[in-house]
Amino acid sequence: MHISNGIIDGPVAAIFAALALAALTACVLRGRRDLDDRLAPMAGLVAAFIFAVQMLNFPIFTAGVSGHLLGGALAAMLVGPWVGALCVAVVLVVQALIFGDGGVAMLGLNITNMALLGTAAAYALIALLLRVLPRTRAGLAVTAFVAATLSVVVASQGFVLEYWLGGTTDLGNNLGGLAGTMAGVHLLIGIGEGLITATTVLTVAKVRPDLVYALRSLRAPAAPAVPVAGGAR
Amino acid sequence: MGAGHGHVLYRESDSPVHRLPPEVKIVAMVVFTLAVVATPREAFWAFGAYAVLVAAVAALARVGPRWLLSRALIELPFVLFAVALPFLGSGDRVEVLGLRLSEDGLHGAWNILAKGTLGVLASLLLAATTTTRDLIVGLDRLHCPQVLTQIATFMLRYLDVLVGEARRMRVARISRGDDPRFLWQLRGFAAGIGALFLRAFERGERVYLAMLSRGYTGRMPAVWQGEGAASAGQWLVAATVPVLAASIAATAVVLS
Repeated sequence: MHISNGIIDGPVAAIFAALALAALTACVLRGRRDLDDRLAPMAGLVAAFIFAVQMLNFPIFTAGVSGHLLGGALAAMLVGPWVGALCVAVVLVVQALIFGDGGVAMLGLNITNMALLGTAAAYALIALLLRVLPRTRAGLAVTAFVAATLSVVVASQGFVLEYWLGGTTDLGNNLGGLAGTMAGVHLLIGIGEGLITATTVLTVAKVRPDLVYALRSLRAPAAPAVPVAGGAR
Repeated sequence: MGAGHGHVLYRESDSPVHRLPPEVKIVAMVVFTLAVVATPREAFWAFGAYAVLVAAVAALARVGPRWLLSRALIELPFVLFAVALPFLGSGDRVEVLGLRLSEDGLHGAWNILAKGTLGVLASLLLAATTTTRDLIVGLDRLHCPQVLTQIATFMLRYLDVLVGEARRMRVARISRGDDPRFLWQLRGFAAGIGALFLRAFERGERVYLAMLSRGYTGRMPAVWQGEGAASAGQWLVAATVPVLAASIAATAVVLS
């Protein structure tokens, strides 16, 4: 999914960079409120986990981008949409700066696809499915699986949109093929991602349900009294 | 997963580039990459000039070409794609259109190859001369919001926790009679991924609470102590590379 330098032209990259910056600013403002003593280490671990799983890369030859697990749904589930988007964005920034994974000039595009689109789609699905499905372990597993699978496909279509707007090589009528290839490959990747997300979320929900952000709103309002020390802002 | 270490790419040395403050290097690297991307793809000479700049910085940083080029293989998938692009373009139905697309594809391949490689080399040079801790200090000094630097700090700290925990679980499996070959190892790993996450979290939570009890307020001491921040002279020295790159890009745009 990482777009490298030179695949999308400059103006489109700049527009998406501005878009990503505005959205991330909103996430920072909202995320600050969420980030307490329990969420801060969790956000770090989620980011580390995503960083590790994104190392598994599958090249997609017809698209010039590589496919891999994204982690947006896991982040949205465990730390919420705002901090979750920030986690994925941090992973992308560090990868671009020191690993050369995804071009620095394309960072806005990559953040839009994976951190913003992926996490937003995942959280919308999670919020919907948790209300519709029964509140059982199976319901939670299905929610995590579906949200993860579809969020990966949505993120991959973000790339297709960007390529349509500003791809440096005109693929002509192949754009539909590009969209199909991306959707197909990422559906497969999404199933893998869905399994990993569901397993992880289920384990965490079983042992430490207080750590699952998405389940917070569903519980009784009597929140456990955890002292919040200063500094975790 | 072992490749997740932030320190893997760092090359311990005491070169002039290593001594530059991290924020200066980050800005220089980003501006350089933007200049490269803004260059029209037909200006072949400009990319040669950028390569000379990269080679000069690499020599100053005492990073050998062999190390640099072998690490640059990370972009191999993109290179393969670039080779395929002209064929993909010409694979279209109309002959005339196919010819035109093929030329476009060749240019596109060159575009991705040149800009991608230069970008990867620039970020490798940054990684080789900057520790991950310094990278975060640099981002903080560049007024990156504290939420982000905090997440980044824990991410890099917990990568080691995660890798260490995975190794311990693997040793535990083997010592209980498991025989991890490739696929079987994958299966065991998949089954244990939830446990791995939880164990790493609880260890990481202890690390975090220990840091809090020792006065951690969300920023690294090196930042609020204000030591080692870039001086005007260092900014000027480091500005040479991006300024040169920007003028090359400007010349290329004007000439094209």
